[in-house]
Amino acid sequence: MPVISIGNLVKTFGAIRALDGLDLRVEQGEVHGFLGPNGSGKSTTIRILLGLLHRDSGDARVLDADPWRDAVRLHRRLAYVPGDVNLWPNLTGGEAIDLLGKLRGGLDRRRRDELLQRFDLDPTRRCRTYSKGNRQKVAIVAAFASTVELYVLDEPTSGLDPLMEAVFQDEVRRVKQAGATVLLSSHVLAEVEALCDRVSIIREGRTVESGTLAELRHLTRTAVTVETARPVTGLDTLPGVHDVHEVDGRTHLEVDPAHLDALLGQLIRFGVRALTSTPPTLEQLFLRHYGDDPTAGASAPAASDAGAPQAGAR
Amino acid sequence: MRALTGTALLARLVLRRDRIRLAIWVLGTPLLGYALAGSVAGIYPDQAARQGYATTSASSLVARAFNGPIAGTDLGAVVVAETYVTLALIVALLSTFAVTRHTRQNEETGRAELLGASVVGRYAPLTAALLVIVAANVLAAGLLALALVGAGLPPAGSLAAAAAIGGVGVAFTAIAAVTAQLSVTSRGANALAAAAVGLSFVLRAAGDVLGEQSADGTRVQSAWPSWISPLGWGNQVRAFGGERWWVLALPVALLLAGVALAYALAERRDLGAGLIAPRRGPASGAPQLLSPAGLAWRMQRGTLLGWAVGVAVLGFSMGIAGDEFNAMIDQNPAAAEAINAMGGGANLLDAYLAAMLGLFALTIGAYVVQALLRVRGDETDGVLEAALATAVSRTRWLGTQVLAAALGAVALLLLAGVTTGLGYGLVTDDPLGQAVELGGAALLRLPALLVVAGVVTTLFGLLPRWSVVLSWTALLVFLLLGQLGAVLKLPQAALNVSPYTHVPSVPAVDPAALPLVVLTAVAAALLAAGVAGFRRRDVPS
Repeated sequence: MPVISIGNLVKTFGAIRALDGLDLRVEQGEVHGFLGPNGSGKSTTIRILLGLLHRDSGDARVLDADPWRDAVRLHRRLAYVPGDVNLWPNLTGGEAIDLLGKLRGGLDRRRRDELLQRFDLDPTRRCRTYSKGNRQKVAIVAAFASTVELYVLDEPTSGLDPLMEAVFQDEVRRVKQAGATVLLSSHVLAEVEALCDRVSIIREGRTVESGTLAELRHLTRTAVTVETARPVTGLDTLPGVHDVHEVDGRTHLEVDPAHLDALLGQLIRFGVRALTSTPPTLEQLFLRHYGDDPTAGASAPAASDAGAPQAGAR
Repeated sequence: MRALTGTALLARLVLRRDRIRLAIWVLGTPLLGYALAGSVAGIYPDQAARQGYATTSASSLVARAFNGPIAGTDLGAVVVAETYVTLALIVALLSTFAVTRHTRQNEETGRAELLGASVVGRYAPLTAALLVIVAANVLAAGLLALALVGAGLPPAGSLAAAAAIGGVGVAFTAIAAVTAQLSVTSRGANALAAAAVGLSFVLRAAGDVLGEQSADGTRVQSAWPSWISPLGWGNQVRAFGGERWWVLALPVALLLAGVALAYALAERRDLGAGLIAPRRGPASGAPQLLSPAGLAWRMQRGTLLGWAVGVAVLGFSMGIAGDEFNAMIDQNPAAAEAINAMGGGANLLDAYLAAMLGLFALTIGAYVVQALLRVRGDETDGVLEAALATAVSRTRWLGTQVLAAALGAVALLLLAGVTTGLGYGLVTDDPLGQAVELGGAALLRLPALLVVAGVVTTLFGLLPRWSVVLSWTALLVFLLLGQLGAVLKLPQAALNVSPYTHVPSVPAVDPAALPLVVLTAVAAALLAAGVAGFRRRDVPS
């Protein structure tokens, strides 16, 4: 039973179609990265999962309940860090943490104090005097001081420094170890790489990719540079090989991972002297999906051969 | 002057952001002045009536405290006595809030940082805000002068009276320019400036109470405290009573001094910093805070306390004035007639007390609107989202806010009735009896306030984006129907729109249960509609 399952979700604001048939599946116990360019519908999806927004059509289940109808019951079992943390300006940080915790159904005092210390947050200051990063820390401490089954984190670290980022990652690992599920919307690729078991990439209100990072890497070509004794021929006819060009006696090309083996078989006949193969970086992966042209997000045809990744609705 | 680079551009930004507020201010004040002058002229049409009014005003300490020193028996002098304090307070607060909005609030929200990093001089934001706000005051005063002339008053006096009010706005513009440098938060800056307005009011009231009545009994010579109050300066111009134009130099001098001080402070401090450091608070939440009700109380208590002080002072003064009202009735039947139209009933004194309680109920309506609209403020600030993501239902959240506002209204109504009764009882030797009777009479107005709460809740639930504007509009309509409906002889169907129309005007008439039950039922229906709408809609929307 998945913790979050969304199917063909649609939400419109007037003429704007914020979500346009979105799919998302988050399994029990995983840290799921929720990625997409600004304005792609991440926060809207999260607000629907929290029962704050009403969906126009499609299915949405959280912890096997309806997020709109069973909102209150559900909220006892989850903790939320909003993307843009706003607090009661005349309460202190400590008061805001305790209030949010209490309204959610209670928090672990010992953990609360420990988190305050780890995040280096002064709880006696009024919320109106906090910087963005400190307001985020208040919401993070309030969330992680609660023992819940699901943590919904909407760009929680966008204002944190690297030191605090590390503390945050520790906390995510801790709750994961305790068996909780985490939905993490983020733009920090290092964070996603370090924490997420699986990721979903959305764009313009639709899911464009979903899978483990390894699976997603499979969707992207590997860059190969090879130096051979004799000029290489016959590459044009090999399936899955792209962008072949020669510079200073070296051949540069890109290849779909599924056809790497066939390519090596061909190259070896020309006397390989040097060969480098670079797997795609996460940045390249995301840039492909975040870029201007939506069709650029479509992976190479070989992707379907690779089998494992389940590509979402295009 | 590199420190002023970009001022013109920023001034245009201020104009653009506030085009509607400024238009309402600049056009609204003259219109209000015109309407008030017209109605006063109707109540005191002849020399005899004005002679009576001036004598009473000059001898009554309460009238001196609330209306200022009367400057003679001219129609204009009566108009000034009746309207100056109201208009001056409005202009003072409008100027204050406008200055803070365009200075400290920009720093608080980080907008100033964005602007400061562009080609903008250090003094440019403050200067731009002050230029626009002083210009608005001058323009509003000019139009007000025309409006007063249009209402049939002599030109010289009209100009002096309008300039006096404009001068108050300019003076508090200067004060707010300084408080915006002192406090880190815009709330704090506004609170400091509003405290300055309050202090000015008290100083002026004290100076006028301590002043001397002239030999002919129709004028008051204020004592020195009025001269150190910017609100008092306007009175000392003595419009329509032998104008002293030189007094208008005082607000101008204060403006120059205030701007110089604000520049000096701005020069010495960092962007975003202030001279008054924000206080620290408790590191953890007290148990009584940690619930929707506890939070609502915490958010409301400061506002409620302010209201309570204002209501108590006003109620007590109105009560004491009841005795003087007796004297006034004898001298001015027309004024008595006006009170009677508001309060209703046969006994004029009861009519007076009923009219005062009715006024309190209308005013406390503003508290209810303000208290309930906090929910909308929380929604636009994003706080509501965080709260509703916890295990608190929407019904409970909104219900708690409504309950808090209703309880606040009960407390304020009771306080208004009891203090009026105490004041009136003191001069008639029955403080306890009157306190109980008027306290009870005041509480009978509660159903009307519940309808106000219902209207705000319905708007919040069904038309959230319009709820702020429409809620205040509704209250304003109720206020105008209540105050001007009878004078303007509007049809009963129009008057019936206001819930206040249906409240039995106790103690002038006997209490009746049916209207109260119907009002409460209407309020319940409106509240239910609001909650139902809120449960169905998107948050935030």
